[in-house]
Amino acid sequence: METKTFRSRAATKIVWPVLALALLILVNVLLDARSFNSFTDAFREGAFLHISFKNGYPSGALIDILNHGSKVMILALGMSLVIATGGVDLSVGAVMAISGATAAVLTVRGLPPTVVIPIALLISMVCGLWNGILVGMLKIQPIVATLILMVAGRGVAQMITGAQIITFHSPVMEFIGNGRLAWLPLPFPFILVLIMLFITWVSTRKTAIGLLVESVGSNPTASRFAGVRATSVIMMAYIFSGFCAGIAGLIAASNIKAADPTHAGLLLEMDAIFAVVVGGTALTGGRFFLGGAIIGGILIQTLTTTMYAQDVSADVAPLPKAIVVLIVCLIQSETFRNKLSKTWRRKQS
Amino acid sequence: MNANHAHRKTNGSILPCLLTALALTGTLLVGCSSKQSEKQEGQITVGFSQIGAESGWRTANTQSIKSEAEKRGVDLRFSDAQGKQENQIRAIRTFIQQKVDVIAFSPVVETGWQPVLEEAKRAGIPVFLTDRAVDVTDDSLYVSFIGSDFIEEGRRAGEWLAKKMDGKAKIAELQGTTGSAPAIDRKKGFEAFIADYPEMTIIKSQSGDFTRAKGKEVFEAFLRSPEGSEINALYAHNDDMALGAIQAIEEAGKKPGTDIVIVSIDGVHDAFQAILDGKLNCTVECNPLIGPQVFDAVEKYLAGEELPKRIQIEEGVFDENIVTQEVLDKRQY
Repeated sequence: METKTFRSRAATKIVWPVLALALLILVNVLLDARSFNSFTDAFREGAFLHISFKNGYPSGALIDILNHGSKVMILALGMSLVIATGGVDLSVGAVMAISGATAAVLTVRGLPPTVVIPIALLISMVCGLWNGILVGMLKIQPIVATLILMVAGRGVAQMITGAQIITFHSPVMEFIGNGRLAWLPLPFPFILVLIMLFITWVSTRKTAIGLLVESVGSNPTASRFAGVRATSVIMMAYIFSGFCAGIAGLIAASNIKAADPTHAGLLLEMDAIFAVVVGGTALTGGRFFLGGAIIGGILIQTLTTTMYAQDVSADVAPLPKAIVVLIVCLIQSETFRNKLSKTWRRKQS
Repeated sequence: MNANHAHRKTNGSILPCLLTALALTGTLLVGCSSKQSEKQEGQITVGFSQIGAESGWRTANTQSIKSEAEKRGVDLRFSDAQGKQENQIRAIRTFIQQKVDVIAFSPVVETGWQPVLEEAKRAGIPVFLTDRAVDVTDDSLYVSFIGSDFIEEGRRAGEWLAKKMDGKAKIAELQGTTGSAPAIDRKKGFEAFIADYPEMTIIKSQSGDFTRAKGKEVFEAFLRSPEGSEINALYAHNDDMALGAIQAIEEAGKKPGTDIVIVSIDGVHDAFQAILDGKLNCTVECNPLIGPQVFDAVEKYLAGEELPKRIQIEEGVFDENIVTQEVLDKRQY
């Protein structure tokens, strides 16, 4: 019974971000219709919904969204677990830079991807472990603890590359961010998202880990008395977040076939937190919805792509973005919805 | 209860440590590599606040300033702002407290400098701007601005493109970071030049934040748009965005440099490589090696000479006709 009500609550929570996403796409279709002067052209070339096949692979604005949004989506998976423990991980952007920088430098040195990728991911997990030790063992406030690596991490990344952009050439490394599989022709980064989502979902929802994470987040004292080792649960969450950031960093570097330690993942921690919160996970911790986080990631990328597609000038783009974020937050707020429906009913009667 | 108590106790002892650590990081950021060496008689102390290590160009710029200071025996207090204005303002305030002889900095953005520059003026410390300008009402707040003329760079890019395309082009523009001096001026200079060519029009323009990743993402969106197939020229405010766009063009199945003529600004190493590979057509140099000219100006000023408000840096235009392997090998950055 308990799980059932919980599930249905998860289901209603995901309705709102999905609704907001649908609305945003509808706005694009309407704007397209206005510029083409007809509704029937919603799928024609140049339109937002248009999908063409280049070399047999689908391509279009919608595909771009899945492609470019994948970094935030993967970050959001790790962030979901961290937020569920009542924490937050501000360092993911910097860890992305470290992961990309490591991979690029080792690739340029001539090491094969089978060595490069595990090393980059391992270093990312060590970054996560560092956060985990500060938060889990030393009980430092998560915002402060991860802020340290957020600031220092970018310096580490720049040290690794010598503050240069390192361009690399390696078919496997370039595939991670740009490749397409013949039998599943979606952008490879998005396939990574699906794989990561599946792994995260199975390992948290099909085992007790998810429950432990949520219990630590909702009531640390009670879960401690119940025999949950909060420290190791928290450390695991941060290590996983570091791992996700490592993958996102590989995608970011692979995308441009170069490691850009200054800009890779810059401010993406904010996008990831936004994606998680929009997806229905409260920052207070204790609950997480992986599907919601993915939808949140898609939503934020759709917003960015919309700005490009509709020729919104870069000077004013933050404003419409902020308005959409506000609307999403409002329709997510139960208090606001109740107030709205009350006024609506009063008008009717 | 017990657990709660222990928790509070750890917090209590950790917090002061943490604050100290944070404060230390702060001083490190501001006062970095400023070796507190004994000041010799007559030695000039210069506080320099750099934007950050954002690209190869910036690294070369920093190197040029550092090595020139060493060569001339100037006590250089170097501070890296990591791309943040607040860090630069803090660094300048620290320099004022340290009573340096001269302050020089490359402002991250154009606006918001009035108060801190007034503080420097009150303290009687001359300020030099390098590479980027500031927007202040009172131009006595700084001695001289030493750097490239971004408007001129934009104009030269426009001039080269007009010649290459015979005055006919449908141009996509990748702008730099919104609000930054190079983005504003490179746009201005380019637009002013092509205004005389009615058949050269900018049909798409967006910010690519001076990065490869954004350059690629934005240009991908340009190519998807209804006007996407008409684009036959790209003007990028820096090389990195052009390099990102080149990848987007290749992935869309077109040939960069042929189907779409590309001109960008800066002249970094990878851009010269791209010109050699036939993927980029032209780069307008924005010379980062300004160290000698900066310290020349500083020494002249301290010797009592009048300086012009604007000191121009020497730079060239490099296109596919000029760039060879030899030219590439000779580049310092």
